[in-house]
Amino acid sequence: MIQFNHVSKTFKGIRVLDNIELNIQLGERIALVGSNGAGKTTLIRCLLGEYTYGGEVMVNGLKPRRERSKVLQKIGFVPQLPPPLKMPVGQLVGFAASLCNSERKRMVDVAARLGLDFGKIAHLPFVKLSGGMKQKLLIAIAMGRDTSILVMDEPAANLDPDARHIFFELLAERLENTTMLISSHRLDEVAALVNRVLEMDRGKVVLDDRVAEDVSLSGKLACRLKLRRSEEAIAKALLGWNFTATNDGLEWQGKVAGPDRLRFLGMISRYVGILTAISLDENQGDGQ
Amino acid sequence: MKNLWLTAKLDVVESLRARWFMVYTLVFGGIVAMLFAFGLTESRVMGFVGLSRLLVTYIQLCMAILPIFVLITTVRSVAGDREAGVFEYLLSLPVSLSAWYWGKLLGRYIVVFMPVFLAMLGAALWALANKIEVPWNIFLYYTALLAVMGWCFLGIAMLLSTLARSTDVAQGAAFVVWLAMVLFLDLILLGAMIKNHIEPELAVSIALANPLQVFRTAALMLFDPQLIVLGPAAYVITDTLGSTGFMVYGVVYPLVIGTLCASVGYFIFRRGDLP
Repeated sequence: MIQFNHVSKTFKGIRVLDNIELNIQLGERIALVGSNGAGKTTLIRCLLGEYTYGGEVMVNGLKPRRERSKVLQKIGFVPQLPPPLKMPVGQLVGFAASLCNSERKRMVDVAARLGLDFGKIAHLPFVKLSGGMKQKLLIAIAMGRDTSILVMDEPAANLDPDARHIFFELLAERLENTTMLISSHRLDEVAALVNRVLEMDRGKVVLDDRVAEDVSLSGKLACRLKLRRSEEAIAKALLGWNFTATNDGLEWQGKVAGPDRLRFLGMISRYVGILTAISLDENQGDGQ
Repeated sequence: MKNLWLTAKLDVVESLRARWFMVYTLVFGGIVAMLFAFGLTESRVMGFVGLSRLLVTYIQLCMAILPIFVLITTVRSVAGDREAGVFEYLLSLPVSLSAWYWGKLLGRYIVVFMPVFLAMLGAALWALANKIEVPWNIFLYYTALLAVMGWCFLGIAMLLSTLARSTDVAQGAAFVVWLAMVLFLDLILLGAMIKNHIEPELAVSIALANPLQVFRTAALMLFDPQLIVLGPAAYVITDTLGSTGFMVYGVVYPLVIGTLCASVGYFIFRRGDLP
C-alpha cells in the first residue's frame, strides 16, 4: 500500500533521511518513534508529497508528489502543531470538506463525539481555540472523511482522558480498512494503539518490530487503587483521569481506556511509594 | 477550478481578518477622504479642476504607497504562513499545487485591488451625486493602471515569497526590490548618464523597464500627451511609441512582468519543498 524505495532527503548537506526502505500494508498500525531530529516529520512530509526527495515513494501505486490530489484524497493528516489559522472554525471545516469531497456534517459529528460543541465554536477563529480543542477539530477533519491512510503526529497529546478514549474508539472503528502511521517521540504514548513499531534514528529505520495486539482499542479497564496516605499530588493526577475517591482519599476507583493502560501505569509509577494495592480488571470495564 | 476558487476565497477571508488589510483599506479610503476634505476638487492646477485633479493626485499617491504595501504584506503573509506551519497542514489536504498557488494569488489580488478601486469609485460616485463632471476616460485608464500595478507587484511579491525561506529574508528582499525601483526612477539613471555619458535611448530604455517609471509616465500621458514635464526624454518615448502606444505599453508591460514573475514563482514553488 505504501512503499518507500531508497528514499533519502538532504537539508543543506545534512542527510535527514538515509536510504529508507519500507513497505506498509493495509490495516497496519504503525508507531513511528524516535528522538527529535530522527527524521519522523521528514518521512511524513515525503509521504504527503510536501518534500522533494531522492528515491521513490508510492501510495497505492501513485506518486504523492506528482499525483498529490489523488493520493491526498485518501490520506487524513493530523499535525503535531496546529496551524495558526485565523479563519473561523466553520469555514475551515467547510473548506476541508469541500476539498476532500466529504460532508461537513460528518466532520461536525466526529467533533461532537470528541466533545466539541461545534455550534459554539463555529464562528471563532481557529487560532483562538485551546490546544485540546484544536487537536480535536483536526482529528475530526481527518476522520470525518473517507480515507484509507491516517497519518498522525502526536495525535492524543493534548486530549483529556475521555476524549482519548473516544479517539481510540474512532480508530477502532477503522481497524480493518485503514493504515495508520502514528508518530511520537515516546513509545508509551502510542504503544497500545499499534501492531508495528518503527524506530528512527539519524534518518534511518533502526528498529522494525511487530507487537502483539491483545489490547482492545475501544475497551476500558476497571481500576482500583489503595494508598498508604492521601496526598494532594496523586489526588490531582487521579482526578485528571476522572477517578473518584473514597475513604478520605485512601481508596480510588475509575476506568482507564485499554490503549491508555501503559500511560496510566507510567503516571501511577511516580507515586509507587504510597501505593499499597492496585488492580486493573478487563472484565469489569465497559465496552469490551 | 473549484479548488482554485476555494483557495482564493480562503485567502480573501484570511486577509479580511488581518490587521494589515484594515490599515491598507484605511490608507486608501483615507487618502480619498483627505483629498476631498482639503478641497482638491475645487483647486485648479495645470488646467485641471474637479475630479480630474483629484484622480491625478490619487494615482500619484497610489504609485508611492501601493507597490511597497503589496510587496511587504504579501511576502510577509506568504512566507509567514510557510514558517508557521500553515502550508504543512493546508497542503496536506487534496488540493493541486496549481489551484493552491494561483488561488492564493487570485484571492490576494482581489484583496489588494478592491480597496484601491473602491476608493476611486467612491470618489466618482460622490462627484456624480454632487453634479461634478466625472472624467470617465481618466477614470477608466487609471482603473486599468491600478489593476495592472497591483498585479505586477503581486507577481513580484509571490516570486520573492517562493524564493525566500524565511519572513525576514522575504521582507528584506521586497524592500530592496522596491528601493531599487525607486532609485532607478531618477537618481541612479541621472548619475549614470552624467558619469558614463550613456546614450539617452539607453537611459530611457532602462527607465521604461522599471514598472514604477512606466506607471508614472503613463499616468502623466493622459493630461500631458507630449510629456512636456519629462523634458528631452519625452522625445525618445513619443518618437518610439507615440502617445497611444505608450498608454498601451503602460498597461501591457506591467501585466507581462507580473505574470512572468508569478509564473516563475509557481515553477519554483512546484519544484521545491512546500513547507
